[in-house]
Amino acid sequence: MKYRSVAAAALMVATPALAQESNDPIKLTLHDWSGQLITTTLMGEVLKEAGYNIEYVQADYIAQFAGLKTGDLHVAMEIWETTGREAMDEAIGTGNVVSLGETGMDAIEEWWYPAYMEERCPGLPNWEALKECAEAFSTPETAPLGRYLGGPVTWGGFDDERVEALELDFEVIHAGTDAALFAELEAAYQRTDPILLWIYSPHWAPAKYDGSFVEFPAYSAECYTDPSVGLNPDAAYDCGKPTGPIWKVSWAGLADKWPNAATAIKNFSISNDAMGAMVTDVDLNGQTVEATVAAWMAANTSTWSAWIAK
Amino acid sequence: MLRLIKSGSGFWVLLFAATWGLSASSFAIYKALDARWIIRFPKKWELQLDGVISDFLTWLVESAGFHFFSFKDLTRGIAAVIEAPYQFFRNLLIEGFSTGFGETATQLSPSLSWIAIVVCVTLVGRFARDWKLAALVGVCFLYLAIFGRWQSAMITLSSILIAVPIGVVGGLFLGIAAYRFQWVNLALRPILDLMQTVPVFAYLVPILILFGFGPVAALVATVIYAMPPMVRVTIMALQAVPSELQEAGRMAGCTRRQIMWKVLVPAATPTLMVGVNQVIMLSLNMVIIASMIGAGGLGFDVLASLRRLDIGAGIEAGLAIVVMAIALDRASQAFSERKHQAARRGNFLQSHPLSSTMFIVSGLTLILGFFVPAVQSYPESLTITTGPFWAAAMKWVNINFFDTFEAIKVVILQWLLLPVKRFFTGIPWAWGILTMGLIGWRVDGWKLGVMAALMMAFIAANGLWAKAMVTIYLCSVSVFIATVIGIPLGIWAAEKPRAGKIILGLMDTLQTLPSFVYLIPVIMLFRVGDFSAMIAVVLYALAPAVRYAAHGLREVPEQMVEAGLMSGCTPGQILRRVKLPLATPHLLLGLNQTTMLALSMLVITALVGTRDLGQEVYIALTKANAGSGIIAGLSVAFIAIISDRIVNALADKQRKRLDL
Repeated sequence: MKYRSVAAAALMVATPALAQESNDPIKLTLHDWSGQLITTTLMGEVLKEAGYNIEYVQADYIAQFAGLKTGDLHVAMEIWETTGREAMDEAIGTGNVVSLGETGMDAIEEWWYPAYMEERCPGLPNWEALKECAEAFSTPETAPLGRYLGGPVTWGGFDDERVEALELDFEVIHAGTDAALFAELEAAYQRTDPILLWIYSPHWAPAKYDGSFVEFPAYSAECYTDPSVGLNPDAAYDCGKPTGPIWKVSWAGLADKWPNAATAIKNFSISNDAMGAMVTDVDLNGQTVEATVAAWMAANTSTWSAWIAK
Repeated sequence: MLRLIKSGSGFWVLLFAATWGLSASSFAIYKALDARWIIRFPKKWELQLDGVISDFLTWLVESAGFHFFSFKDLTRGIAAVIEAPYQFFRNLLIEGFSTGFGETATQLSPSLSWIAIVVCVTLVGRFARDWKLAALVGVCFLYLAIFGRWQSAMITLSSILIAVPIGVVGGLFLGIAAYRFQWVNLALRPILDLMQTVPVFAYLVPILILFGFGPVAALVATVIYAMPPMVRVTIMALQAVPSELQEAGRMAGCTRRQIMWKVLVPAATPTLMVGVNQVIMLSLNMVIIASMIGAGGLGFDVLASLRRLDIGAGIEAGLAIVVMAIALDRASQAFSERKHQAARRGNFLQSHPLSSTMFIVSGLTLILGFFVPAVQSYPESLTITTGPFWAAAMKWVNINFFDTFEAIKVVILQWLLLPVKRFFTGIPWAWGILTMGLIGWRVDGWKLGVMAALMMAFIAANGLWAKAMVTIYLCSVSVFIATVIGIPLGIWAAEKPRAGKIILGLMDTLQTLPSFVYLIPVIMLFRVGDFSAMIAVVLYALAPAVRYAAHGLREVPEQMVEAGLMSGCTPGQILRRVKLPLATPHLLLGLNQTTMLALSMLVITALVGTRDLGQEVYIALTKANAGSGIIAGLSVAFIAIISDRIVNALADKQRKRLDL
């Protein structure tokens, strides 16, 4: 099977069947976090193997939709359910952008604490422990309330509502970017100071720092929309956060101009673990993105050649 | 009572007391009267301008046209015109020339080797002035190679090589037009104000749509941001040319064009070079934001390494920007002061020793590069990094000094930041509008008063009052602290020239070092919040306070100081009684620039989580909501314009009083 798909891939490069597809470069967008660079480079390199011309374009995560709509940009490999849903739905609604399905990775995001806090707040990771030891997480500015560092305001998450609904004695502070978020985590971790913050995965932080996610009551769609569902009969958001897929999207004209490439991108799928390992290689072990992707491709030839096989 | 109001200080005391009282009791009044409109602008009166602007932009992009082609075709055409030379520089400096794409690409010629580029810029330095400058420029570029920043630096350099000439030439022509025609001048002034004060993030989305994704959009944004000082400097420089010179030109029978290009522009060149310097500095300031929308290069390196919390790499990449700024700035300054030299004789080699060396070195390294890769691109094994050192240093400071910092922070928060915040956020919007009008009227007459009131009303009517007040609070505290630190530093720099050199050099570095580089360590030590934002703003806005103070003190006429000495003043008295009062107009201008820079930093501080107009602009950007981004951007600009006009009017008054 393995050899057959490699052969199929090799054949595809050679056959003139490709000639009917455009020779223009397919433009893939790059953002500024390593996981996305890896996903995109991986897709790009695989498409290169299939004989396409690839161009990587640096673009802002949300602003790129303007380019995807007009066909200035062609493919965006990582749109997170948790952070990009609104913009993605709007873009798909115009009919100029289409979804190419899930990447196979699941975004997890939740409140997170370092392992040394378990001593100072026994009962964690159960969320009810937070009720007793909000003060263990307080700083001079928030005391007696605990301090919870949330993600950028634009990334949503309903943390203010959650604190209210679950009657937690915490003040929600929003970091402006995730760089600020992790800077604070790094500093607190060095001092073993108390910290409770929002973290997402796949990301290098859960690999670098020892700690766990807080376990809130399980998420359900009703819990977010219907106040009567959940622990607090009068409030919505009295549960944890949803996990969600990471989507691939493209310019609507992609499938006409490069039909086989569109199929290949649709076929692309990778697991959280495989991605987590690559992100760790890049961010913590100092490998370059290209080298990491090349190593993965060498070790998983059958996987990627199946994407581009017809 | 009436007399008190009419007397100068009485008015201010009363106004402040009334504002203070209302601010402290606004919440109680609202509760007592059950009138929520006192503290919140009524929702139903709000203008829905953001939708209108968004619709207008959609129309502009999708349907606007001039008969034969659409507006978007026009902007895309401009983009293509800019892209061609940009791509040429990129190929020349780093990528090499090739045809075709991907697998089928064939290389025609490699790029210039790093050795050739270092030699060339060194020789340019020699050409501009002397070997000392040549060494400085050469060392700057060597830094880029040794610290492994070559590739990114060349990408950044290509965009600077495009943005700066466009900014300079465009600025020069606009300036000349404004000098010639009064109506251009009048029309241009508010546009320049807006270009300088509307945060870049606010117009990023429309630019991306109109000019397409990638480096060109970033270049356009850079030019918009960097050009205004050139226009202003041009107008000022042309006006300052002595009228005798013009007369002389006319006597000699010059046409208008000849007067402009043969008399006015050459005479104004030294001042014009100040504008060129500003364009270079501001273009490099934009490197970070440009990299967010596809310029790549050093800005991207800074962002990417800080997202990994690799502070060392972030500092190295940031310093690479500083180093490049220093090299370009010093070289451009030297060019402006260059004396014309008599042409040398002999064959080409003898008459053009520098250019021929450039050609020979480029050619030799081109051939050698095919055989020895290290000649073509700097070998990776020879790069050094200080990353581990910075990480360790940061950790050491963090573990040992955090508690001290925390204690200082709590004191400043409690005694300065929070009271000021409470004061500003408590002001009822209606009173705020009225107060601004009164201040404007009092300082510079009813015109400014009406304008200020209208601008504040615009902010309130768009539902941004609370955020605007947070903006004003954060800015005024930062400007206050920057002034308290900056003016003494400026005095020190003026009195002790040797210390001055170091201080002013430090200020140059602070201004060109991307603020993101120090923002992350600041957060590690002070956590996310207003305090961290304030430190970042102060660091960025300090430079003009220092520079103008130093400049103002140096400009005090010698005979005034002499007179002071004659009448037996001690050095301290001379400083306080003679120099400082005479330098007030300069100090005020410094205050003005500090405020402008503080406001322009707000968008960056939004990245660390403030809740002000900067955040509003940033949210609009991330949601690609062009309309509300522009509204919030305009609000920032209005605050800047009001403060600019008020401070300028004060400076003018002072100048008249001192009879300068």
